[in-house]
Amino acid sequence: MRFRRCGREAVLVEVADLDAALALYEGVRAARLPGVLDLVPAARTVLVRLDPAVTSPARVRHRIAGLAVGEGRLADRGTVEIPVRYDGDDLAEVADHLGVTADEVVARHTSSTWTAAFAGFAPGFAYLTGDDPRLDVPRRATPRTRIPAGAVALAGGFSAVYPADTPGGWQLIGRTTTRLWDVDRDPPALLVPGTRVRFRRADR
Amino acid sequence: MTVVRTGPRVVLKDAGRLGYAEYGVAPSGPVDRAAYTAANRLVGNRAGAAVLECLLGGLVVRFDAPAVVALTGADATLLVGVTEVPAGVAVEVAPDVPVEVTTPRAGVRSYVAVAGGIAVPPVLGSRSTDALGGIGPPALRPGDTLPIGPAPAGHRGPAPGGQLSGGLLSGGLLSGGPAPGDGVLVVTVDLGPRNDWFAPRTIATFLTAGYTVAPASDSVGVRLSGPPLPRSREGELPSEGVVRGAVQVPPDGQPIVFAADHPLTGGYPVIAVVHPRDTDRLGQARPGQTVRFALATDFLEDP
Repeated sequence: MRFRRCGREAVLVEVADLDAALALYEGVRAARLPGVLDLVPAARTVLVRLDPAVTSPARVRHRIAGLAVGEGRLADRGTVEIPVRYDGDDLAEVADHLGVTADEVVARHTSSTWTAAFAGFAPGFAYLTGDDPRLDVPRRATPRTRIPAGAVALAGGFSAVYPADTPGGWQLIGRTTTRLWDVDRDPPALLVPGTRVRFRRADR
Repeated sequence: MTVVRTGPRVVLKDAGRLGYAEYGVAPSGPVDRAAYTAANRLVGNRAGAAVLECLLGGLVVRFDAPAVVALTGADATLLVGVTEVPAGVAVEVAPDVPVEVTTPRAGVRSYVAVAGGIAVPPVLGSRSTDALGGIGPPALRPGDTLPIGPAPAGHRGPAPGGQLSGGLLSGGLLSGGPAPGDGVLVVTVDLGPRNDWFAPRTIATFLTAGYTVAPASDSVGVRLSGPPLPRSREGELPSEGVVRGAVQVPPDGQPIVFAADHPLTGGYPVIAVVHPRDTDRLGQARPGQTVRFALATDFLEDP
């Protein structure tokens, strides 16, 4: 675990990999440290936002270093099934990159159990990690200026569903009508860290 | 309160939307926190009440009932009917009298607080407009009506003409303070979290060169142009959480300082983080303003 300076109102904690980051996230979350306002988990880091009127980066560092973090996995937040029409613009390219047929890409995507690891990029955007390492494709060389809400995508070993029309650089393999983000819903995000996801092939 | 005219852009801001990172929601909040806080104090509001954040003046509103209002932030004037009320003064306004925020002489963002606060329904615990995330009330338009909350309990209301004094006044303004017109705006930074992505001589450039505020700057970030800051290492940084004030360096080497509506995470290395009060001042800088980064002289303990 390495602590990195991040100004007067946060500490960035860096760890070896995603599992360690999620364990740290759960550990710090459960500890409810005084003056900690928000936690932003990511692939190899947890950003700890703090209230400088209550605590300090140094104090938060000491408290986190003293936590018994390690084995904790993400709390299970239930399972969501997402129906997908696999007709994405990049499906053929993804299949080529992996050296398999488009049907095999779909088979791998639907047979994997995905877990929402962390959020970012846009409200409701969850980075999903799968249990099939054979779906690792790079981002597109040139991002698209607009990706429609509901696009199902792959990049960097993660899968995701775009919650709103946004620019983006991930490879599009399909689309869903499931709403990932709805501010009038509680919680507004369908997928939060720990939610398991199964994708199901849908005809429409 | 009825919106008669808006100028370039008027949004609502409160203390921000904390605690929703696991949904992918960034904090948002006011660009100039000091000016926001001062505006609420002037009218006797509790900390965290919602105010109007007004870009480059042009806002005109009317009230249905007597109201107490105050203007802070950029160097502008509140016109109450034909009466000029300077920034930093709470004033009582009679119903139906037009209240206008003039175009600032310096700075870009004005804050208008009303006693009782703007009482639109909060979204995810906040009334702030998050421009990037698309959460919270939309930008105001002429004809909008906004509810005003009950006057703060136990507060008798400021005497008309009542002012805040002392530490909140900075350069004659109730804000973090915009830079003087021609001078260099010096902003204090702490290096990190990713200064190790840059060679020592690049960090020396960062801490000595002048950078110019670019026109594309907004409430998401202040874009700067100047000597490029090349990275000293190859590869991609996995996206990680970023903070307000973070100085992010994209591949073109031109730094962006994140403001209130910054994204939750970023994929480019952050060379340094600007002090909160200087992030306020940077958020008031106009395109063309020269900015220089200076290392904090007070000791920041290793985190």
